[in-house]
Amino acid sequence: MNWQWLHRFGSPKWFYEKTHLWVWGLGVLACGLIFVGAVWGLAFAPADAKQGNSYRIIYIHVPSAIVSMAGYYVMAIAGAIGLIWRTKLSFIVMRSAAPIGALLTFAALFTGAVWGKPTWGTFWVWDARITSMLILLFLYLGIIALQGAFQNQDAADRSAAWLAIVGMVNVPIIYKSVEWWNTLHQPATIKFTQKSTIDPSMLYPLIIMFFAFYLFYFWSLLRAVRVEILRRELKTQWVSDILKG
Amino acid sequence: MSLESYSLRYALSVSLKRELLLAARQKSELFNPLLFFLVVVIFIPLGITPDKIFLAKLAPGMIWVFALLATLLSLESLFKADFEDGSLEQMLVSPLSLSWIVGVKVFCHWLLTGVPLTLLAPVLGIMLFLPADAYIGLMISLFIGTACLSLIGAIGAALTVSLRRGGLVLSLIVMPLYVPILIFGADTVNNLAQGLPYIFSLLILGVFFFLALLGAPFASAGALRISVTA
Amino acid sequence: MSLLRFDEFTCWRSDESLFNPVNFNLNAGEIVQVVGPNGAGKTTLLRCLCGLYDDYQGDIFWQNSPWRSRFYDFAQSLLYLGHNPGVKKSLTAAENLQWYTGIQKGIAAQLRIEQALAEVGLEEYTNTLCQEMSAGQLRRVALARLYASDRPLWVLDEPFTAIDIAGVSRLEQQLQKHVAQGGTVLLTTHQALAIEKVKNLTLEPCFDEVLLES
Repeated sequence: MNWQWLHRFGSPKWFYEKTHLWVWGLGVLACGLIFVGAVWGLAFAPADAKQGNSYRIIYIHVPSAIVSMAGYYVMAIAGAIGLIWRTKLSFIVMRSAAPIGALLTFAALFTGAVWGKPTWGTFWVWDARITSMLILLFLYLGIIALQGAFQNQDAADRSAAWLAIVGMVNVPIIYKSVEWWNTLHQPATIKFTQKSTIDPSMLYPLIIMFFAFYLFYFWSLLRAVRVEILRRELKTQWVSDILKG
Repeated sequence: MSLESYSLRYALSVSLKRELLLAARQKSELFNPLLFFLVVVIFIPLGITPDKIFLAKLAPGMIWVFALLATLLSLESLFKADFEDGSLEQMLVSPLSLSWIVGVKVFCHWLLTGVPLTLLAPVLGIMLFLPADAYIGLMISLFIGTACLSLIGAIGAALTVSLRRGGLVLSLIVMPLYVPILIFGADTVNNLAQGLPYIFSLLILGVFFFLALLGAPFASAGALRISVTA
Repeated sequence: MSLLRFDEFTCWRSDESLFNPVNFNLNAGEIVQVVGPNGAGKTTLLRCLCGLYDDYQGDIFWQNSPWRSRFYDFAQSLLYLGHNPGVKKSLTAAENLQWYTGIQKGIAAQLRIEQALAEVGLEEYTNTLCQEMSAGQLRRVALARLYASDRPLWVLDEPFTAIDIAGVSRLEQQLQKHVAQGGTVLLTTHQALAIEKVKNLTLEPCFDEVLLES
C-alpha cells in the first residue's frame, strides 16, 4: 500500500519534530499582522459617518466570526480523516480545534454584544447572524461535552468525529433555516457588514485582520496540537526525553 | 421472490414484532413522555401569565417546544437496553444491515411516542387557547415533525448509548440539530393561527423528513458501530 | 482445508499491544480453545474476529482471503456468543429465538425453534417469559441458538458460564457432534474441557515495557 507517506505524516512524533520552527514562524507572523491590523483599524482608519468610533470593533468581531465558522469545518474534516484513515494526528487536531473554535465563536458573540450596546442600544438581538453564531457555539460545546463524557480515548475521538461530520452536514441547513426565520420576524434586519458600501480605507485593515485571525487560529491550533501530542504520548521514550530536558 | 428479498422482509417484520412486543410488555415506560407533555404545560400560565390573548399567541410555538422536549426525554432508552444486554452486538454480527434495524427502531419510537404526542396536542391547544383554525395544522406538522425528531434524535442516542449518564449529553448534542425542524414546524402552526399561507413551511418540513429518512439511519448505524466497537 | 488463518495478528488497546502477534491455522472440524492469562485479550480477539472491535494489526484469512474484505459472507457462516448473550427478559424463549434467527436471515420454523429449545432442556419453557427464568436457564436460551441455525463456525466466549454440570456435559457433547459434522468451534473458557482433540491458541501478554516509538 502506498500509504507510507500518509502514515508518516500522521505520526505524532514526526509532526511534533517537524513543526518546531513553524510555531515560531506562524507566531511571529500572526501576532505581527494582528498588531498591524489592530493599530491600523483602531487608530488610523477613519471614524464611521453614522456610528462614530464604536464600529471599530468589527475588526475583531467579523474575523473571529468567519474563522470560527471555518474552524468548525477544520474540526469536522480532521475528524473525517481520522475516521477514514485511522490517523492519530487527525483526532488530535480535531480535539484541539474544538475549544479554539468555541472561544472564537464566543469572542464573536461577545464583541457583537459590545458593539450592539452603543450602536443600537441593546447587548443582544435575535437576528439571523447572531442566532446562527449562537447555535454554532452550541454545536462546538456539544462536541466538547461529548468528548469529555467518554472514559475511553478512542471512543471519545471517534464519536466526536462522527458528531462533527453530522454537524457539518447540518450547518448549512441550520443557517438557512435561521435566516428564513429571521425574515419573518424581523423584516428590517440589522446588517453588520455592508461590504458593498464599506469604504476602502476601512476595508484594508479588515482584510489584514482576516488574514491575521486565520494565522492566529492556525498558530493556536498548532500549539494546542503539540501539547496534546505530548499529553497522549506521555508513556513513550521520546516524550520523556523531551520532558526531562 | 428470491430468498434474499424474502429474508430481508422477514427480518424486518421480525424486528418490528420484537420492538412492539417489548413495548407492549413494558407499557408503563410509554406513558412517561406523554405525561411530561401534559404536565409541563402548566408552567406557562403559572409562571408567566394565564392571559388568554397572550397564551393564544404563544400556543403554537409552545406546544411544539414541549413536544420536542418530551421527545428528547424519550430518546435515551432507544438503544440503551439492547446495548447493555448484548442484543446490539448480535445485530452487528448479523447480515442484516444496521441501518434497517435502526429504521425499524425509530419507526416504533415514533409510533409509540410521536404519534401519541400528536394526538394529545389538541388537549394542550385547548389549555393554551390555540385558535380553532390551527388545530389541523398543529397535528399535521407534529405528525411529520415528530418523525423528523425521532430520526435525528436517534443519531444522538446512538452516539451516547455507551455512556452511563448519557441523557444530558444527548440533549446537548441533539438540540442544535433540532433547530430547523422547530423553526418550520412552529412556523406552520403560527401561520395557520394568523391566517397566513403555511404550505411552504409544511413542505419544507416534508423535505426535512425525507432527508432525515435517507441520512439518519445510516448516521445512527455508524454511531452505534463506534459505540460498540470502541 | 484452512478455515481461518491468523497472520501476525494482534489486538491493540490504548496504544498498547495486548498480546504478542499470533500465527495460527484453524481447520474445519477442529475445536480450538483460546488460552492465556486474564487480561491477555481472549475476549478481544474473539470480538475482533466477529467485527466487534477494530483496533488490530495483521490479518486473518478466511478461506484464503482477508476476512474483512468479505465480511458479509464471513458473517453468514459465523455464530457468535458473547459475555452478554442478548436475551431479552421481556420476551419468551421462543420469541427470543425467533428474533435471532430472523435477523440472521434464516427462516426458522416454529418446529425448529422448539427442537432447539429441547436440545438445551428448555422444552417446557418455550413460552415462558425469560424474566421468570434463572440465570442458567437464560444462558441456555442463548445456547439454543447454536441448534436453531446452521452456522459452521461457532465463536463462543465463556459458553459454560452459569451452566450446571449436566448442562456442561451436554454442551460438550454438542460441540463434538458439531465438529463431527464438519463444523468448527473457537472458544474461551475457564472450564477444564473433557473433550479430546482440543487445539490451543495461546495468547502471550505483550509486556513491552520498552516504550514505543509512535
